Amino acid sequence: MAMLEVSNLSVSFATPEGTVNAVNGISFSLEKGQTLGIVGESGSGKSQLAFAIMGLLARNGTARGSAKFNGVELVGAPLSVLNKVRANQIAMVFQDPMTSLNPYMRVSDQMAEVLTQHRGMGKDAAVAEAARMLDAVRIPEARARIRLFPHEFSGGMRQRVMIAMSLLCQPDLLIADEPTTALDVTVQAQIMALLRDLQRDFGMATLLITHDLGVIAGFCQDVIVMYGGKVMESAPVDPFFDSPCHPYSRGLLHSLPRVDQEDAALFSIPGSPPNMTRAPKGCPFQPRCSNALALCSDYLPPLTEFAPNRKRACNVPVEAL
Amino acid sequence: MTLIEAQDLSVTFTLRREGDMPWTPPRRLQAVKEVSFSLQPGETLGIVGESGSGKSTLARALIRMLPATGRVLWQGVDLLTLNPHQMLKHRAAIQMVFQDPLASLNPRMTVGQIIAEPLRTHFPHLPAAEVKARVQLSMDRVGLLPNQINRYPHEFSGGQCQRIGIARALIVEPKLLICDEPVSALDVSIQAQVINLLADLRRDLGLAMIFIAHDLSVVRHISDRVMVMYLGRVMEDAPKRILFKSPRHPYTEALLSAVPIPNPAAERAKKMIPLDGDLPSPMNPPSGCVFRTRCFRAAPKCAAEVPRLEAYDPKVACHFPNPVS
Repeated sequence: MAMLEVSNLSVSFATPEGTVNAVNGISFSLEKGQTLGIVGESGSGKSQLAFAIMGLLARNGTARGSAKFNGVELVGAPLSVLNKVRANQIAMVFQDPMTSLNPYMRVSDQMAEVLTQHRGMGKDAAVAEAARMLDAVRIPEARARIRLFPHEFSGGMRQRVMIAMSLLCQPDLLIADEPTTALDVTVQAQIMALLRDLQRDFGMATLLITHDLGVIAGFCQDVIVMYGGKVMESAPVDPFFDSPCHPYSRGLLHSLPRVDQEDAALFSIPGSPPNMTRAPKGCPFQPRCSNALALCSDYLPPLTEFAPNRKRACNVPVEAL
Repeated sequence: MTLIEAQDLSVTFTLRREGDMPWTPPRRLQAVKEVSFSLQPGETLGIVGESGSGKSTLARALIRMLPATGRVLWQGVDLLTLNPHQMLKHRAAIQMVFQDPLASLNPRMTVGQIIAEPLRTHFPHLPAAEVKARVQLSMDRVGLLPNQINRYPHEFSGGQCQRIGIARALIVEPKLLICDEPVSALDVSIQAQVINLLADLRRDLGLAMIFIAHDLSVVRHISDRVMVMYLGRVMEDAPKRILFKSPRHPYTEALLSAVPIPNPAAERAKKMIPLDGDLPSPMNPPSGCVFRTRCFRAAPKCAAEVPRLEAYDPKVACHFPNPVS
């Protein structure tokens, strides 16, 4: 049995403009120690998917379907169940380290809280353990700097604090939602290298949510491409980047300028992402797809395996792309 | 003839902290220090650097949105010496596109009014029919539909708002377009659309561009030459083909190695040059070469002496640069 088994998960929000279907029937599984990247543009539903798994949806949001972690159902689970899982078994790192740390609390206090809550440790032991963890994420002079407030750290250091905090209980799964998007590229490289090392040392599985295909290529074993709340393609990274087999993933990869290559013209996908209050009936990518067939506007085939470990949801045969 | 040339351009901010006594001397932050470069007509200069490197400040100083010292020669005229009235005459020829597409558009104005505003400022006597015709032409150029002229910015997506911003900049037929992170707020698929649009416009209108971005892949795609900044100083300034193939400054090398490549095999083969630590405080920059605190090649000379930017391409400001290949 897979560690995390998500099946037919949907998320919708009730808004004054109508129901927004952010995530529409997504299924995937994650094994122990696996690194899975979820890539998509804004509004593709990738973050809401993570929030739904963690039970962190906004108040007007509802999740349906199932997300089982080690056999325990998380969708619709009571707070008592969720609180046992959160931080302890599944930890999350958010995009903006400033707004996800409490500005009024010293780093030592917020980090120790995790251990006193979940491990029943005493305050002093918890702070000492937290300092050890800050040291593990390579914050210099960790024992002194743990006494500081979040605003006294730089952006990159704050994200290290977040990562250290998430690892305190040695979770089996780390969900990182755009962990480096707010950071400069050299800092991003530091943080990704750190996550890679920590993953090797602690052996946790990682679900990395990002819009950056470059980060996925450098960090993940497998990738899921989302568009309009649905999975378009899923595959191991090597074959995926070699030959993407969905018109959207293909377009996305070709529209990236490359730092290691000189390219004359850049491919661009026409149009803009769908408005999710009026989600299209068939394939969400159909209005922008140059390969679209007549049936695409009414029907999106389910995600099906077309090669070993590779799945896609598209009416157009692979050979015709 | 050189279109625009900056000579020893510096920008200093004076900061007063809350709670400072009236007699406390204000603290100075040198955001841009002695930057010199020149740009030929039709050329695109990419400016890269991490946040806090002074690239946006430099752009704003060029068009006097910020007070600066040094010289900015625009077709031979020093812009920094002009009075506001004289400056206005040159301003039409230098237009700017900003990072946040929605925040740079007035939410209470229609698209037509927004795009026409530079015309009304610079050519107030133009008849209304002419203004309308030019607005329509400008909208058509950037791929906006004629029927969108009476809509408001909030009705548009980020990519379309950026098109509105570009149409507004182009309507006065500038010679130089300064783009400050024009695509960094946009999604990948939209980013490519806007980059292609800028490239087409540059070709069709013979525009010169200063393109500021932190994304080196985008800069490589669009620029003719690239200037690398760190803590307000120019580290390297070279034609793009040379800079990306054989960077001479250790900072450029490190920066390039940090960019993720969307190819797993290339990522695995890549040799990363890690930069330790954080950007030093600009209030208190290191002595000598400002990059030396994070440089893997730093030597005692680097702390003692400020390296000067070389005079000839590929220019570098480093005591121990890689040789020209």
